[in-house]
Amino acid sequence: MTYKLGTLAVAGLMAASPVMADLVFPSLSYRTGPYAAGGIPFADGYADYFTMLNERDGGIGGVMTSVPECETAYNTEKGVECYESLKDSGGLVYQPLSTGITYQLIPKTTADGIPMHTMGYGRTSAANGEVFSHTFNYPANYWNGASGAINYLLAENGGDLNGKKISLVYHNSAYGKEPIRTLQELSKKHGFEFTEVPVDHPGQEQKSQWLQIRRDKPDYVIMYGWGVMNQVAVQEAANIRFPMENFIGIWWSGSENDVLAAGAAADGYKALTFHGVGSDFPVFDDIKTHVVDKGLAAGAGDQIGTVLYNRGLYAAMLAAEAAKTAQEIHGTPDITAAMMRDGMEALKITEEKMTELGLPNFGPTFDVSCSNHGGTGLVGVTQWDATAKEWTLISDFAPTDMDVIQPLIEEDSAAYAAENNIENNCG
Amino acid sequence: MFYREAGDFRTTYAEDQQTFPIKFDRYRYYLVLFIAICVVPFVINDYWANSLLLPFLIYAIAAIGLNILVGYCGQVSLGTGGFMAVGAYACYKLMTAMPDVSMFIHVLLAGAITAAVGVLFGLPSLRIKGFYLAVATLAAQFFLVWLFNRFPWFYNYSASGQINAPERDVFGIVITGPNAEAWATYAFCLIFTIFSAIVARNLTRGSVGRKWMAIRDMDIAAEIIGVNPLRAKLTAFAVSSFFIGVSGALFFAIYLGAVEVGEAFGITKSFLVLFMIIIGGLGSIFGSFAGAAFLVLLPVMLKVVGVDWLGWPTDIVAHLQLVIVGALIVLFLVAEPHGIAQLWRVAKEKLRLWPFPH
Repeated sequence: MTYKLGTLAVAGLMAASPVMADLVFPSLSYRTGPYAAGGIPFADGYADYFTMLNERDGGIGGVMTSVPECETAYNTEKGVECYESLKDSGGLVYQPLSTGITYQLIPKTTADGIPMHTMGYGRTSAANGEVFSHTFNYPANYWNGASGAINYLLAENGGDLNGKKISLVYHNSAYGKEPIRTLQELSKKHGFEFTEVPVDHPGQEQKSQWLQIRRDKPDYVIMYGWGVMNQVAVQEAANIRFPMENFIGIWWSGSENDVLAAGAAADGYKALTFHGVGSDFPVFDDIKTHVVDKGLAAGAGDQIGTVLYNRGLYAAMLAAEAAKTAQEIHGTPDITAAMMRDGMEALKITEEKMTELGLPNFGPTFDVSCSNHGGTGLVGVTQWDATAKEWTLISDFAPTDMDVIQPLIEEDSAAYAAENNIENNCG
Repeated sequence: MFYREAGDFRTTYAEDQQTFPIKFDRYRYYLVLFIAICVVPFVINDYWANSLLLPFLIYAIAAIGLNILVGYCGQVSLGTGGFMAVGAYACYKLMTAMPDVSMFIHVLLAGAITAAVGVLFGLPSLRIKGFYLAVATLAAQFFLVWLFNRFPWFYNYSASGQINAPERDVFGIVITGPNAEAWATYAFCLIFTIFSAIVARNLTRGSVGRKWMAIRDMDIAAEIIGVNPLRAKLTAFAVSSFFIGVSGALFFAIYLGAVEVGEAFGITKSFLVLFMIIIGGLGSIFGSFAGAAFLVLLPVMLKVVGVDWLGWPTDIVAHLQLVIVGALIVLFLVAEPHGIAQLWRVAKEKLRLWPFPH
């Protein structure tokens, strides 16, 4: 209970102090429900980075930050409730960490003029800023992920996937269905045989799916899973003795939670990523001095350095950098949501900037522009080492097949624009 | 003291048969209607509409619908989520196919389509009863969710399988999509809720409702006195599904704006609505409202108290919420197995005699 006292005190302070003057970064987290294993580390990383900025630098540009949390349990109705209840707090950017909630919030945030950052999830075609004015999904999206996985397999097979069989095991929801179109296009382009294997929420029962995979004998399996579905899939793959090195998960299927349960059998499992893994970065020293040692760590404080913690931290870093950019553009430290949007649209992540922040080589470098809200879409591959119990990056952040993805983005966003009568925002 | 009938004379049959024969009751009902229609729309904001009032009104319609089937006609159903999905998808297809038609018509048509589907899945009720019927409707639940996930025609071939409500208006007032004003969405749902409650109330105390209740109490006896079980059961399924379909359409188009069938209309939704009527009171229109309020408003209130006032961590509050709501359900059902409606009835009875109970 002692660790809770610390967060209790922080939460109490946050509730007591006036939020007016703060830069507010609301966190729609989920620390309960079937997806909590993924939600907790992300929320912790997100909160800890801002706590560190407050403690070390006195906030962003001299203004303190605050991170009010709201529990969504990955449920869209609660997500809407959270959005509405936090809207009055003056939130600068929303990060729902749920594709379902994202779909709900895209029209709402656009109407309310509040930006939303869906990093590596959400509606992929939101990368087209001409249509989605307030939604950002840099640095990479689901379709980059699908293409990144295929590119990696292409490289492994000497550039030829002709006649290979690739199966997609996916969460049967908006999230899991996203890559299907891209993979279908890619299968036409590269001549591999593509099959879809849906798994229904929450995915605790996958015997029949893996029986199908055992019968089909695909050469490779790609997985778009989340929550408990991941560890069940890894376990089932181990049970049918599917070679782990031919099993690639999207970045939401590549955390410690997903592989630890299967023990040694998970060794060699691969996952995509768009940011660095491990805690071997200078920023973690600052987190330790300014956050952990002062007892200010969010949650239980035991997630530091895990993949999803790093992702939450990365999301917070990008939000903080966008806020800095916004402060520079508008020449005021007290920015509003509208200014934050300008900051996000002008965000430039360079290697120098990341090094300066204590995150050298942590993620790809990219620029955001009015028409491109998706960044460059560079994707790397990590592999699980079951004996050392750690993920290692086994490839560079490589470009994905934008020749295939860009037309799909144009098509999907054009459909959305037509449905909702949206003019070109960048004019 | 309260609810005094002395001096409350009724001189016509119409007065004798009205829904609220006691004057105090009637005035309270008018007051609630007055506040809901003339006060709330002017003070409502986004938070109140989207977090509390819209879900309450919409779930109340669903609970009224399910109460007709389970509470009045005695046919246990676990297919509510599936039928709500039918309403939502029917509304979506209608909205996108005929953008110029008024939303009122779309929502009513969505209800009618759901009624037809409900009758179809109600057919087994002629042969099977009780738990077995529950299992048959459970099959409807899973089948319908699977159907809407499986065939892209239902979601207009969108990449994600989500359906999104485009912007539509009623008499020039936008009521769906993000630009809808809080009062407009609230008023739209309120109209349907009042309409549902009045229709349901009058159906259940007329000959149709009496037939349903006869079937519920003992179907063989009902058949002997001349109630046609085929018609009684199927009308119950049709009327119930109509309301559930309307609520599903509102749930999607007005409240959420984007849904995914497995997440929004899964088996948990069926249970949620069933719990509402069990806690609220089977066979009571007021019970449907009370149950919906209990399960929609209480969690939000607990959250506001725990997180916003006391500043506790969100996960602790979320867990406490489950504990408290669960404990209250058990307590309620132990104290009064017939639900909040019965508690209310008993309270009224006591108030009628208060302060001289003998």
